[in-house]
Amino acid sequence: MTPDVRTSRKCRGDTGPIDSTQLHTQAFANNKAPFVCYFHGVAPPTHMECQEEKPIIYTMENKPIVTCAGDQGLFTSLYTSLAQQLPREPMEWRRTYGRAPKMIHLEANFVQYKEELLPKEGNKALLTFPFLHIYWTDCCDTEQYKSSVKEDMMRWQNSLRAHGSADWVIIVVESNDNKKKNKTNILPRSSIVDKIRSDFCNKQNDRCVVLSDPLKDSSRSQESWNSLLLKLRTLLLMSFTKNLGRFEDDMRTLREKRTQPGWSFCEYFMVQEELAFVFEMLQQFEDALVQYDELDALFTQYVLNFGAGDTANWLGSFCAPVRSWSGLLLRRPIDMEKRDGIQHGEASLLDLRSYLFSRQCTLLIFLQRPWEVTHRALELLHNCVQELRLLEVSVLEGALDCWVFLSCLEVLHRIEGCCDQVQLAANCSHTVGLWAYATDKLKSLGELCGLVSEKGPSSEDLNRTVDLLAGLGDEKPETVNSLQSPYKKLKEALSSVEAFERHYLELSHAALEMYRAIGRLRSARLVGKSLAEFYMRKGDPERAETFLKEALKSYVSEGWSLPVTHTRKQIAECQKLLGRTDDYLQTSALLAGDVNLTTEERKHFCQEVLTFAGKSGDKSHKVTLSMDVFTQLTRLQFRPATASVHSGADLQVELTLRCLMPISVHIQQLAASIHFDLERGGTNGRSKGAQRQKNAGTVEFCRGNLSAGPPSSAAGPSLELDEMQDRSPSDNSLSCTGVVCKNTHLVMRRHDSNSPPDTPNCLSPPAVTMKEGAQMLKVQDVTLEPGNNSIVFTAPSEQPGTYTLRQLYATVGHVQFVLPHIYPSVQYEVYSQEPHLNVEPLSEPLLAGLPQMVKFTLLTGHYTVKKGDALQLSNTDTMPILPSTSCTARITNPALVGESILSIQSSEKVTSISLPPTLPYHTLEFQLEVLCVIPSGIDRPLVVCPQMSIDCPWSIYSTLLALTFYIPFKTKHSLLSAGNRSYIQVCVQNVSDVNFTLAELKLTGKQHASLELQSLNTKKQQLLCSKHSMFCLWEVRWKENLPSCLQCGFSADFSPLNQDISAFKPFHYQFQLERVTTLYSVEAEILPPAGEQHCRSGLLCGLEVCITRLTEPAEGEMAEESKTDNDGLKTTKLMYEVADSSSNWAVCGKSSGLVSMPMAASATHKVQIEVMPLFAGHLPYPKIKVLKYLPHTAAVAIQPDPDSCVENDSLSLLDKALDEQAETASIRSRGSVHSVGSVDQQQKGVAVPRLEPFSPGQVFNHSHTRQVLVLPATDDHIIEVNAT
Amino acid sequence: MAVCIAVIAKENYPLYIRSVPTQNELKFHYTVHTSLDVVEEKISAVGKSIGDQRELYLGLLYPTEDYKVYGYVTNTKVKFVIVVDSSNTSLRDNEIRSMFRKLHNSFTDVMCNPFHNPGDSIQSKTFDGIISGMMVQTG
Repeated sequence: MTPDVRTSRKCRGDTGPIDSTQLHTQAFANNKAPFVCYFHGVAPPTHMECQEEKPIIYTMENKPIVTCAGDQGLFTSLYTSLAQQLPREPMEWRRTYGRAPKMIHLEANFVQYKEELLPKEGNKALLTFPFLHIYWTDCCDTEQYKSSVKEDMMRWQNSLRAHGSADWVIIVVESNDNKKKNKTNILPRSSIVDKIRSDFCNKQNDRCVVLSDPLKDSSRSQESWNSLLLKLRTLLLMSFTKNLGRFEDDMRTLREKRTQPGWSFCEYFMVQEELAFVFEMLQQFEDALVQYDELDALFTQYVLNFGAGDTANWLGSFCAPVRSWSGLLLRRPIDMEKRDGIQHGEASLLDLRSYLFSRQCTLLIFLQRPWEVTHRALELLHNCVQELRLLEVSVLEGALDCWVFLSCLEVLHRIEGCCDQVQLAANCSHTVGLWAYATDKLKSLGELCGLVSEKGPSSEDLNRTVDLLAGLGDEKPETVNSLQSPYKKLKEALSSVEAFERHYLELSHAALEMYRAIGRLRSARLVGKSLAEFYMRKGDPERAETFLKEALKSYVSEGWSLPVTHTRKQIAECQKLLGRTDDYLQTSALLAGDVNLTTEERKHFCQEVLTFAGKSGDKSHKVTLSMDVFTQLTRLQFRPATASVHSGADLQVELTLRCLMPISVHIQQLAASIHFDLERGGTNGRSKGAQRQKNAGTVEFCRGNLSAGPPSSAAGPSLELDEMQDRSPSDNSLSCTGVVCKNTHLVMRRHDSNSPPDTPNCLSPPAVTMKEGAQMLKVQDVTLEPGNNSIVFTAPSEQPGTYTLRQLYATVGHVQFVLPHIYPSVQYEVYSQEPHLNVEPLSEPLLAGLPQMVKFTLLTGHYTVKKGDALQLSNTDTMPILPSTSCTARITNPALVGESILSIQSSEKVTSISLPPTLPYHTLEFQLEVLCVIPSGIDRPLVVCPQMSIDCPWSIYSTLLALTFYIPFKTKHSLLSAGNRSYIQVCVQNVSDVNFTLAELKLTGKQHASLELQSLNTKKQQLLCSKHSMFCLWEVRWKENLPSCLQCGFSADFSPLNQDISAFKPFHYQFQLERVTTLYSVEAEILPPAGEQHCRSGLLCGLEVCITRLTEPAEGEMAEESKTDNDGLKTTKLMYEVADSSSNWAVCGKSSGLVSMPMAASATHKVQIEVMPLFAGHLPYPKIKVLKYLPHTAAVAIQPDPDSCVENDSLSLLDKALDEQAETASIRSRGSVHSVGSVDQQQKGVAVPRLEPFSPGQVFNHSHTRQVLVLPATDDHIIEVNAT
Repeated sequence: MAVCIAVIAKENYPLYIRSVPTQNELKFHYTVHTSLDVVEEKISAVGKSIGDQRELYLGLLYPTEDYKVYGYVTNTKVKFVIVVDSSNTSLRDNEIRSMFRKLHNSFTDVMCNPFHNPGDSIQSKTFDGIISGMMVQTG
């Protein structure tokens, strides 16, 4: 038996015990007291709404049933206090299956006992199950007890037992009044109770409870009440546990049977719901919700299994075509209509889901979890749509949209009903999904029913609308009087275009606002886009544009290319409708270059632009668009790469433009404006060379692709770093170095959070102002093909200065594409150059004495060489310009422009070279042959630098030119003598890199006729290779006395090797010889020791030195040297010295000494010296030096002689003089020690004797290089071998 | 399996987005883009409780009638979004998680490539292959 529900209007009637006939009705009708108003339909809507505003926690009106038998009058009198006191104290309910114990406030519906109330066999209904049976009696009279009460109790007990109910209690009420009344047959109070206990409660004494003086306000009475209530509670709970446990077990058993063929979900549903009801009744909403969730999950699983091919039979009923789509109904606590449907297996899937959800919703609201309702609702709606699809249930098109729409609104309405505005606003995030979903559905319904199009619905659309409305059925009675019910809204919205628009906009804006409020801006924009689409359909592009632009901005800033393209396409349509030509063209241009579109679409948009451009008509209407969308400047290249030319020169700029259009576009004019800056100072244009060299005249422009890749805002501008070095101005040393960022203003720019940084894809073209530059790079009529195009400009270069490329324009008919800033900035420089003449040797080095070619290079600079212009070269004697017949001038630029023959006119002082006419910035080159005369003289320099002054026609100043000529030869001479004979040797060294032939070697003596120089050179011509030397020898003979000084001139002809005789040039060398004649001869002889034939090492032997005067004293000599007269005979003093540098000899005794030589020919002086050979073998003679000894005449002594060698010797001698020791073993070794002191002495004017060497050739040493055989010592055992 | 997989940079621009070719690509772009709202919401909600180990998997971002959108965010705030067909009921949460883990691993491999410039869109063939493996095999 299930509760039989009628639409009874019974209100709560808890003023007294309820008649059992009313029970079933009450169980449901009273379930939600506030909703009773709906049932009655009497409360005005306003009243209803205020009532709904407050969330009310409804107490369950359904209570566990407790039957009362026995004395009804007694019970009625106690009912009120019993019903009040029972729920006052909570009881702990211990649960089975490990569920947590709960504290529970027990209430009960006390009903009069009737046998029908007891459940029959097999009836599983729980709601109507009497959990406890009470028998009331106040009998205190034994007789009465025995006569009637006992029997009644018996009957009661028996019927209970028959129905297997063991949950009973007997309450005996005692009162003093009763006692007093029946004083006569009074029995001890306990006896009646004892009797009852013994009669009925064998072993269960607790089943009989005494209530004393219940209506009195005494402590005793209170105590007995408390024990009674406790007993009742305990018994009730025991009954719950037992009965619910049994029920649950049965339910589980039923569930386990679900694989059996006859199993029905609907049946099972009813059983489990019964349990849910009981939990709800006990206010265990959580447990109740669990029951429904289990049912939900079970059903879902079946549907999924169905999808997987596992069909359950009972599911067939849910697969029936959907006929009604009236939406959720959440205003009733229990939707009995649907429940009946389920019970009878007639419910559709939507019905079941709706019912299930309405129950869940009710419980969730009891649990104060309204936001879970919204989540579950959205999930449910999505899920239902999916399940219908999965079960392949046929649904009328649009029906589900209706259902979802109604359901969304119903849920929202329900939630609004139990929350206040503040709560709602704070929890937008939970409800917004439903709003958006409803909006979506309404939109698709509108589209389906033709309510969105401008024309309005067609008849077909109207038919469809009628069908859809039919499925809604009649409005539910709960909402009939509500003006804003979802049902009314839908019906109204579908009724007319205007109403639809109103409702749709209302919903959309609500969703939009909510999304905005919770910061889901992207979602808001998507709703906005959807709105825009609606407006577009309605033919209201103006409103659409706002939404689209906002959306586009966000897509662009976040770099979502596909949505960008799509939105932009919509904007284009919008702008076209609005007639915003400029914007439309800009967008079209953007779209034409958008790779996300098909080529066809791109061509279409490109054509749109071109069509406008080609339109003839209003010339003044020009549209300026950003160039970025049309074509991108990717590279700029200068030719020449230095980007620096002289004024008037040709400079080409090659632009590489990547055309983004899908088709080739003809451009009437492409121009780049130039900013001209008159640069002062660095006129040669190389001051910024360092920067230029890096990219060699090429500037790469890197711009992100419009459609793909991260937005530039994300990456930010890249750092441009430059190395920086700071050098101190004084010595150019590095004082500081570092790296500087050149574009700090871009990198460090504060990123405004509100406005995204400029991206090339911003909606409207940037405010483009065409700066009218005075100068422009221009090309006319270019066709840009898709992809990279190369365009060459010729840059203006008239005025010197810096030219900066600023903007780029492309004109296509009425459309002008402008690139407002060319960045990084591109500059080129034009400089002006002064004419410059440069003279340099054709080949290094220039050699003096030979004709040499000199190259003249004239850089004309800005100067134009006119006809008649000539260079005036001042002639110099040392460097005559050799006239040549054919001198050709080359004019280059730098390629050869022309050649012409120069005419050179030489006058005495000036050589004039007429220049051929030459254009500016050309180079004029010619060569002249010059000869540098080798200066004669002894001390001539190695290089000659004759200077030449040139007068140029462009300047009033003469230019001085210095060339350096090298003398090819270095000459040395020396005098050699052999006895009386003298020879002159001339050494010629070729210092140049050229090989020469020398001829006509001559030596001439001057002044002396008697002098005869006999050449000993055999060859007529002599090859003298580079860096080699040549020696020539002449014997000097004379007849008369020779002067002490002899002037000689050496001359030779030379020419570079392999040139004919005419090319020979003379070379002279003048020198002077003094004291040519031999004065003395020195002969030395080594005499073996006495008795020996040969010298022996280690034995003393004699050295006999014989100095002989060979010539008569000459006049000069007399004057010079014979100042020390002795005995009237003129003598000179000589000093001899024997020194053996190679340690072959040991000089024993005197090694040096003074000799007085008579000033007469053949005067001889012999000196004997003892020497000892130290080694055996052929030993060279010890060296014998003869020096002039000059006595200490003041004149000579003071004369400082810088010759260090002589000085040292003389000082050595001084030593000896000071020591009074004439002889030392080594003179040389000690000189330096005393040098300072001796110089001091000299400077003090102390007269000291002096030594002076003879000039070469004045002393002839006969024994020079002679050797003497020395035998080893006889007793030498040791043979010493020296290998050197 | 997934119908659309997207990798989105920290700055919310797509690094990689691929959807089932048979369906409207644009729609997925919109869906994924909109899902970023919820991703951001979830990330900021997590950020409030400092110190707790952040779960990279964000779970179901939002369901629509046709699709379920799942999110995942790496520690570097790179977002992964997987869109699954609602009718595909066999997919469990665990499978979605493992898909994200696989995606994350593969993404890490891409980032480890020294020739890959972080921030550029992903062009890797290997990555493509792994994505293909996770997508629905149609036809």
